[in-house]
Amino acid sequence: MAETVQNLLLGFSTAFLPGNLFYAFMGCLIGTMVGVLPGVGPLAGISLLLPSTFGLDPTAGLILLAGVFYGAMYGGSTTSILMRIPGEAASVMTCIDGYALALKGRAGAALAIAAIGSYVAGTFSVVGLMFLAPPLARFALRFGPPEYFSLLALGLLVLGYMTGGSMIKNLAMIALGLLLGMIGIDHMSGYFRFSYGIVALGDGIGVVPVAVGLFGIAEILATAGNPVRPEVLKPKFKDLLPSRQELRDSVMPIGRGTVLGFLIGIIPGSAHIISTFISYAVERRVSKHPEKFGQGAIEGVAGPESANNAASCGALVPMLALGVPTGPVPAVLLAALMVHGISPGPLFIKEQPVIFWGLIASMYVGNLVLLLLNLPLVGIFVNFLRIPYRILYPMILMFCIIGVYAVNTSFVDVGIMSIMGLLGYLLRKFDFETAPVVLGVVLAPIIEMSLRQSLAMSNGSYAIFYQRPISAAFLTGAVIMILLALKPLIRKGMDSKWREALTKAEKD
Amino acid sequence: MTIDRISGIVLLVLAGYIAFETRVLPFGTHKVPGPGYLPFLLASILGILGILLIVVKEKSSALRSLKWPEGLHAAAIVGCCFFATFFIEVLGYRVTMIIVLGFLFGVVERMKIWWALGLTLGLTLGSYWVFNDLLMVILPRGGFGI
Repeated sequence: MAETVQNLLLGFSTAFLPGNLFYAFMGCLIGTMVGVLPGVGPLAGISLLLPSTFGLDPTAGLILLAGVFYGAMYGGSTTSILMRIPGEAASVMTCIDGYALALKGRAGAALAIAAIGSYVAGTFSVVGLMFLAPPLARFALRFGPPEYFSLLALGLLVLGYMTGGSMIKNLAMIALGLLLGMIGIDHMSGYFRFSYGIVALGDGIGVVPVAVGLFGIAEILATAGNPVRPEVLKPKFKDLLPSRQELRDSVMPIGRGTVLGFLIGIIPGSAHIISTFISYAVERRVSKHPEKFGQGAIEGVAGPESANNAASCGALVPMLALGVPTGPVPAVLLAALMVHGISPGPLFIKEQPVIFWGLIASMYVGNLVLLLLNLPLVGIFVNFLRIPYRILYPMILMFCIIGVYAVNTSFVDVGIMSIMGLLGYLLRKFDFETAPVVLGVVLAPIIEMSLRQSLAMSNGSYAIFYQRPISAAFLTGAVIMILLALKPLIRKGMDSKWREALTKAEKD
Repeated sequence: MTIDRISGIVLLVLAGYIAFETRVLPFGTHKVPGPGYLPFLLASILGILGILLIVVKEKSSALRSLKWPEGLHAAAIVGCCFFATFFIEVLGYRVTMIIVLGFLFGVVERMKIWWALGLTLGLTLGSYWVFNDLLMVILPRGGFGI
């Protein structure tokens, strides 16, 4: 405990450096704008800002990008409440009661509760991250190549199951992502694989062009032709104060949403989206007035908004402690750290305490900045929604090109982004999820290395994966995931309701 | 024909192609896997999943139900992406972006000429100033030095 407090003080001394405070503020501001704009999610925002962090020290760079991540989570609620359009997928549930409240003239109160809930959830889940990541990292020091391989296999299967949609398609996307991740020089033998004489592909295809293509460009391609924008309800500043009753009704949902969101956030897959569904369902079930849900229940805003912010913090636990990203956004954050020569993993917290604890402390500061930023400036952020999409999408395209080109100053990356954009667009049309592709690309080198090392250790016997207890436990989890996935294939209608709801929401 | 069946066929063909491409890579042994070991394994898995998609009857829409109302916009944007890929280092960031944005605002979106021109120049030069000069992100100048 004393050590944690001491480390946290070290973190605050880093976070309160004027430069880092400035980057936390900028990250939150840009993140909120990114979250407000439909079609520009946190992933695209982080990818685009990545090149601008190259000149910064790693702590400042990570603080800026993390600010964009949770700022976007805050910002997504604004469009949900005022337009019934989720700024990003995790805000889908907020649309239901948030917009109903806005129609009743309580838009300001809904926005305030969303901001307060996000602040509380963000702050408490940082405490969770602070206490959970270091022991998890210490535990992970016992991992050898077989444990890492089994853990990653389990992670990818969980991702396939938790992403929604067809499990077969999700698994195919994981395999495709892993194959894409194998393009370039094989680090163990020096062979060029699938690079067709293009020297620039020797280093492999980067996560940034893949992520920006699959999420940023594909989104533009799918939505550029839609001319209609619904009306934006603009709240007045004096309406931002929630009533005493609304505050009282929100306390427990915020608490439950925080705990649920943080725990679900650690699981790979669309955790931030799933956490909002579960939180909404829980609130409806425990409510004395379930009939109010859908008609403008403040609990329907407080719970999901808290859950999605807590989940984004929970997602950082495996990334920082194990070096294993659980979704596309942590994957890009991981890539950002690697650009600075830092490899997250079990030794990260021990070897880079200034960065880890600086990030933790900056998240406390960032949450406060977001609360102060979101409420008074909501009227300004709303104006972003008035920019016609025919002006907006060329701008987004321009930022995508800048962001991707600048990572390696390579036109090949722009080409990869273009191909991935087209691929992402077609995949969406054919009901495939693209998040597993990004994760596959990121995890391919680690998974291949651990498989080959494990087999070398065991003289080619696959038994090594179930003879070691930790690895066997992970593999058991993987088998359970496969069985769960097979359930709806064997008997129709056996898929979990939440998966069906998730699939529907992601399609919408 | 459903979209799942088509997807399955495409995955199967892709898996076959990848498996064919791995023939030039040493497969190694189970004890010492070579660079072709995992790609071949993954191509096999991809092929099996493709077959499953063709065989298993999951809820899937008919291929003809797919609508492409945004098709023209999408084609124009993809064209712009590839144009930027091939010309960003030849013409430089500013010239390439003026052409791309000018095309999107002026031709695809059919904005009035002054609006299109103003937005194109403003966004191109503004983004160059912010990223290249303020954030020190190096953007290409091209053969003409502009």
